[in-house]
Amino acid sequence: MTTYQQVLRLTPAMSFSWRRAQHVIEHNVMNYRRNWFYLVSGFFEPLFYLLGIGLGLGRLVGSLSVDGHPVSYATFVAPGLLAAAAMNGAMWDATFNFFFKLKVEKTFETMLATPLSVLDVACGELGWTLIRGAIYSSGFLVVMSIFGYCQSPLAILCLPAAGLISLAFGACGLAATSFMRSWQDLGTVSLAMLPMFLFSGTFYGLTFYPGWLQAIIRLTPLYQGVALLRDLDVGVLTPVMWVHVGYLCLLTLIGFIVVSHRLVRLLTP
Amino acid sequence: MDVLPDVIVEARGLQKFFGEVEAVRGIDFSIQRGEVFGFLGPNGAGKTSTMRMISCMSPRSAGKLLVRGHDPAESGSEIRRGIGLVPQDDALDSEMSVLDNLHIYGRYFDIPRKEIRARAKVLLEFAQLTDRADSKVDNLSGGMRRRLTIARALISRPELVILDEPTTGLDPQARHLVWERLYQLRREGVTLIITTHYMDEAEQLCDRLVVMDRGLIVGAGTPRSLIEKTVAREVVEVRLDDGNYLSLVDRLGDHIDRAEILGDRLCCYGEDGDQILDLILALGIHPASSLVRRATLEDVFLFLTGRSLVD
Repeated sequence: MTTYQQVLRLTPAMSFSWRRAQHVIEHNVMNYRRNWFYLVSGFFEPLFYLLGIGLGLGRLVGSLSVDGHPVSYATFVAPGLLAAAAMNGAMWDATFNFFFKLKVEKTFETMLATPLSVLDVACGELGWTLIRGAIYSSGFLVVMSIFGYCQSPLAILCLPAAGLISLAFGACGLAATSFMRSWQDLGTVSLAMLPMFLFSGTFYGLTFYPGWLQAIIRLTPLYQGVALLRDLDVGVLTPVMWVHVGYLCLLTLIGFIVVSHRLVRLLTP
Repeated sequence: MDVLPDVIVEARGLQKFFGEVEAVRGIDFSIQRGEVFGFLGPNGAGKTSTMRMISCMSPRSAGKLLVRGHDPAESGSEIRRGIGLVPQDDALDSEMSVLDNLHIYGRYFDIPRKEIRARAKVLLEFAQLTDRADSKVDNLSGGMRRRLTIARALISRPELVILDEPTTGLDPQARHLVWERLYQLRREGVTLIITTHYMDEAEQLCDRLVVMDRGLIVGAGTPRSLIEKTVAREVVEVRLDDGNYLSLVDRLGDHIDRAEILGDRLCCYGEDGDQILDLILALGIHPASSLVRRATLEDVFLFLTGRSLVD
């Protein structure tokens, strides 16, 4: 009986069509048409960090080394901020906006009264976090190249890598948000993200930390992303990059599975 | 299960559990194409759970269910393509304009943008919202929002429209406007399923209805047949100063079909209310107040469940 009920529950919810998922993205685009200012404003945050800390503070720091390549401090910081831009873009939609649609506006219930399925909704929302992350990271990458912080033609690979960072954070953010009961709960996500932004190798290397703390920081998705982008930016290809890529792919997969199951539970009781 | 082509929804032994709670406890009904079918009952009777199962938004726990000839457990997406749902809480996109709400909803059904624009124009007129097309939903009144939700449900030209408490929370004027629109849909041959806890709404709108209570169907039929079959055509309500209702019922004997004591008044049911009242007066009893009226679904509900419909 249990399996029969599970099949009943999962089959219709888990049907998927890429075309239908696109309409979920379309919903987000339409929503932002009236609120484009919010979309654009998010781009400036990493830019201000780059100018303030990379350029300003960088004069006091001098040059650093990445994989034996001597680079200016701003060049060191830029890939870290690129990773943070990819993270923040995805997280903003995966947390506050997703919660609003899930709990306040009941957007997804409306969608599920149409041919759309839960899996369409989950894919569409994840797709939109990727798009928003990609808007910020590609904009920031253009700024980096204009300022001369891209050290190698391979830096173009930062774009798909930043996309992967957005996907990993988007999927985990959606999964975490699906467990939140109130706006206050969402505050804990912001609380976790700020130290991650500051201490995951974004502004300085891990050698400052004791060994055990380094090991913990290496487990954060932002560190994995920063390390990946920093190597690509100076044009160094190492096998360890596959570990970063694999780790971010795994997080994306886990986050996506969790959020899909949570949405089935929450939306089709 | 054989389904005639003119049956649009068929349920046999339909059940819904939420953990230990049995929201729907095995109900049978079949809804004909083109009719207005009502689910009448108090809050918590299982109406919304039944609606969610019919609209393929919630899987059934047991029993059989066919909607538009398909099993919701297998082809939910396909079934929903032909259904327009008007949920209780509207669930509109409050940040978007009236027109954008119609537009995005049409996109969920894969309708081309140009076609949506043409349909939206007609629907805005239908909902009397043409001059509010660019207003933000946030700025609409309750009645306007409900009309927009109905218009939104129609953008895919569904053959079945499901309305969960369509006029709850609306003022009388807004209610009549919604009713008018629902009559219009019925004339156009759309099948309507309506849940309500307003007996007048059920009587006005429904061709057939079922009365639900605590997850079960306790009565079924056309509104009039249900009233005449279950109670009687007319009712006399009397208030007595001495409150000695039992002796009055005794003395009326076979002259009334049945009687119910409702708080501080007595309801006597029979074919001719005036005749019953004359009889009471002839017995030398002078009620503090009296009222002769037609029996309503409220009386049916009272009779079937022993409780009043709206608390």
